[in-house]
Amino acid sequence: MSLLSVKNLRVTFNTEAGVVEAVRGVSFELGRERLGIVGESGSGKTMTGRSVLRLIRPPGKIEADSMQFDGTDILNASETQMRALRGPRMAMVMQDPKFSLNPVMRVGAQLMEGLRQRDHTSKAEAYAKAIAALNAVQIRDPDRVMDAYPHELSGGMGQRVMIAMMLIPDPDLLIADEPTSALDVTVQAEVLSILDDLVKTRGMGLIFISHDLRLVARFCDRVLVMYKGRIVEEVAAKDLLHAKHPYTQGLLNCLPRIGGTRGPLPGLDRNAEWAN
Amino acid sequence: MGELMALIEVENLSVTFSANSRQVRAVENVSLTVGERESFGLVGESGSGKSTILRAICGLAPISEGSIRIKGEPVKTPRGKAFSALVQMVFQDPYASLHPRHTIDRTLSEPLAIHGIPDTDKRVMAALTDVGLPTSFRFRYPHQLSGGQRQRVAIARALMLKPAILLLDEPTSALDASVQAETLNLLSRLRDERGLTFLMVSHDLAVIDHMCDRILVMQNGRAVEELSRETLASAQMTTEYARSLFTASADRMLEGGTPHSFAPEYPEGGRESETLDPHPRQVRAQDRFEADFNPTQP
Repeated sequence: MSLLSVKNLRVTFNTEAGVVEAVRGVSFELGRERLGIVGESGSGKTMTGRSVLRLIRPPGKIEADSMQFDGTDILNASETQMRALRGPRMAMVMQDPKFSLNPVMRVGAQLMEGLRQRDHTSKAEAYAKAIAALNAVQIRDPDRVMDAYPHELSGGMGQRVMIAMMLIPDPDLLIADEPTSALDVTVQAEVLSILDDLVKTRGMGLIFISHDLRLVARFCDRVLVMYKGRIVEEVAAKDLLHAKHPYTQGLLNCLPRIGGTRGPLPGLDRNAEWAN
Repeated sequence: MGELMALIEVENLSVTFSANSRQVRAVENVSLTVGERESFGLVGESGSGKSTILRAICGLAPISEGSIRIKGEPVKTPRGKAFSALVQMVFQDPYASLHPRHTIDRTLSEPLAIHGIPDTDKRVMAALTDVGLPTSFRFRYPHQLSGGQRQRVAIARALMLKPAILLLDEPTSALDASVQAETLNLLSRLRDERGLTFLMVSHDLAVIDHMCDRILVMQNGRAVEELSRETLASAQMTTEYARSLFTASADRMLEGGTPHSFAPEYPEGGRESETLDPHPRQVRAQDRFEADFNPTQP
């Protein structure tokens, strides 16, 4: 049975300038696997991820034929039920550690907050769990990091802290929204291998959102390509080089390669028809 | 560089910042020369000092040792108008580098006003067209543009005084892959049309390779290895660090035939110790932190 099933998801924003449809009829199933969602900015990939956690504020509206997470109807669940799911069952790693961590709260306090508030864990136990989580993301001196403020950490460290934070309650589903786009290539590789390891050892489901198709291809099992709020193509990562849709090919080819030709990079062909 | 005249010469440059009586050496003894119409790339992780070199050239970072010469002339402090007319910089983040309360028109006409260049109207329109923006954008504010459009404005601004040298500090790292391609194409076109010389910084080896003739790999403020395009393409780098950067580059792994078995291939011992070492900024933060909170500790 699949962990998550989404049927005909639509996200709309009723703004002054009219109704904006950010996601228009997206359906997918997710087992305990790594699913990539790729697209340009504005393609609705982040909104799809946030909808699963129902983290969209008014005037945004989520509609769908059905959204099931491990047998729970998350479309019609009450806010209390959703709160119980967020964290222990499904979690999201946000894009930028600079903006997603509380700047005036020590890392340790942020890591322990959930445990103390939700699970009423004792202080000592919460501390031990937080340290264990930092170790899991390969932070070498966790005691120091626990005492630091977010601005004292580098980008890669901050990103690992956010991953650690999401892993403490041991969720079944992790949604990672561009977890590496703010990082250097070498640090990127580390964060990815940490995520990969966690998916394998803990048997989590992972939704990996990114604009970098090549990165997603080498990391995920399956890739959904989104364009203007719709899925234009679904491919197995290993077949990505043979993707059929021109938009997918465009995304694949617009990145420069080492030793490639110096000629102009192929621009992305944006055909309005694909959006229908 | 032989037949080409060296336009930018950086010799044994060191940049040291002192904060709270502590010395931080951001750049240590780096030398490089860039010939006319050449494109030179600086690549390395954050904290490797690559951006600091660009900032030192522009006078935004102090030169503590060594010298910088542009067209054979040592740079003056302050840099002055003649320097601005010759060297311009494009910054990394187009969300931060444009004045949020100035219209595009004002941003673009300011350099003209400072340098007393006439025909503002015509030049602003031409600049917008040159970077592929509709002239109707002229009276918009930065927040009304997308990231890619903003970076185009930043490039247009840098080109207003028709400089010969463009310093590019991670010009595409804040942009989507597709927008990055458009921006790189724009830069290549402008370089060909105007005979520009580029000194470009990026952490993305593939971007640097696409744009530059020669590449300097940097780590912790020092030059590690200089590579030509050919050396890079055929993976003939001699230092471990340059190789680890090359291997970590996304594109290599997809072409490697095993897109699925994800494993960062660091050289034996090469990256491992460095990986887990705290970032220099963190070390500084920790020292500061300890000094502040445990003043009595030995």
